[in-house]
Amino acid sequence: MEVDALDQHYRDFQALFGVSLHVAEGEIVAIIGANGAGKSTLLKTVAGVLRSPGPSVRFEGSTIGELRAYRRVDLGIVLTPEGRRVFPSLTVRENLEVGGYCRRPGSWSIERIFSVFPLLQRLADRSAAALSGGEQQALAIGRSLMANPRLLMMDEISLGLAPAVVKQLYGAIPGIRDEGTTLVIVEQDVTQALRVADRAYCFLEGRVSLQGEPSQLTRDDIRAAYFGI
Amino acid sequence: MAWLNTIVQGVLLGGLYALFATGLSLVFGVMRVVNLAHGVLTLLAAYLALVIVDLTDVNPFLALLVVIPVMFGLGYVAQRLLINLTLAGGVLPPLLVTFGIAVIIENTLLEVFSADSQGLNAGRIETVSITITDRLAIGWFPLGLFVAAVVVLGGLQLFVDRTRFGRALRATSDDREAAQLMAINDRHIYAVAMGIALAVAGIAGVFTGVRTTFGPLDGAILLIFAFEAVIIGGLGSLWGTLIGGIILGVAQSIGAQLSPGWFQLAGHLVFLAVLVIRPTGLFPREGVAA
Repeated sequence: MEVDALDQHYRDFQALFGVSLHVAEGEIVAIIGANGAGKSTLLKTVAGVLRSPGPSVRFEGSTIGELRAYRRVDLGIVLTPEGRRVFPSLTVRENLEVGGYCRRPGSWSIERIFSVFPLLQRLADRSAAALSGGEQQALAIGRSLMANPRLLMMDEISLGLAPAVVKQLYGAIPGIRDEGTTLVIVEQDVTQALRVADRAYCFLEGRVSLQGEPSQLTRDDIRAAYFGI
Repeated sequence: MAWLNTIVQGVLLGGLYALFATGLSLVFGVMRVVNLAHGVLTLLAAYLALVIVDLTDVNPFLALLVVIPVMFGLGYVAQRLLINLTLAGGVLPPLLVTFGIAVIIENTLLEVFSADSQGLNAGRIETVSITITDRLAIGWFPLGLFVAAVVVLGGLQLFVDRTRFGRALRATSDDREAAQLMAINDRHIYAVAMGIALAVAGIAGVFTGVRTTFGPLDGAILLIFAFEAVIIGGLGSLWGTLIGGIILGVAQSIGAQLSPGWFQLAGHLVFLAVLVIRPTGLFPREGVAA
């Protein structure tokens, strides 16, 4: 996935300024930055929720800016949106079934997702609205996996969750990569994200302020890139 | 026994109201659009059946074989080409557009068919009945209508609950944007929902045409009956819609029994009472805001 000189606006407000980045197949890339830095805007643009006419966003060499979100899922671009966004009137199992709506070929199935997140199996026939935050987040990730993504983008999966739950969710990430899925993780929780990532980008006020491998980024670099001080 | 008869006739009439209301309820439940053209479109289906019967001399119920797919197609196309485009602007634009559609269809019907009342003749079934006692008889037609309503609503409920498309429909209704992230084409889902809504309205239209005479200006009252059934039953709930239709039908029957002029008034009063006591209706679907 490549993003080249991407601008993005919400009406009069410009959220992204010439953002360029690339994600290679099989990588785990973390995107960190403060609230409002443009991280979620980037993910929504790549997923097609926000429009981006023009050649700025490419996937496997093709421009995808004209495709609506549901068509991008067919290509294997899947977003686990911020705030979980599970379907409250559907059961846990139905949520997962809807996740597999596109019927892309691959190894993920409801049973495999239950084996990664055993708590979901117990809750399979419960309404998704009755789940706790952590359970909903596990469901949201499982639902995304049902599409057998080539590129899975996860937006703030740790937000509002207890540390133990976050650890559990992050524990599933290497296994997801081993299935051949490339991952982009957007996080405000820097430590958590850098622990699993191969490379990281830091966003500041709609621009990339820092990039590199987590081991090569110093604490001071990150602080400067994150806060702009 | 006269009262029992009144109630039974009211329940059976409720089936028809449930058929009127189903499409309105479905469209509101899925896309939060109040289709003000629903009554006129129901009427359009009756006129379509009238044309088919005039041309081919078949029984009006056989005309359903044409009416249902035509109404589905009309709903799909209207949603895809017109109503979908209005959804981004909030609740008002779709309301205005469907009102506009209603005005256009109403005046076209008036122009083509004149203001004269028309009727569909289904033959003997309209008059034969099962005599239970000398004061209680159930007509085959009202009974068939009621059974048809239950079958249609039950079938629709099964479709929504059990099928892959039904799950996609509910997911889109919950969260349109998140549904797109699951590879669901929301515009197609909405169009199919409108297609189904109008197909059911088509069935209701043909039954109405057989049951009573109709004219180009009757759409408004059909819309009001549909509204009342939906609101009494609860927004977005299909079985609630059936119950709502039955309550409305029984109220009207009882009103008419008391005095012929109270037929509609009694229905309106029950509707108002429900609005005051339970604004979300008797059986609201979870998560639907009033």
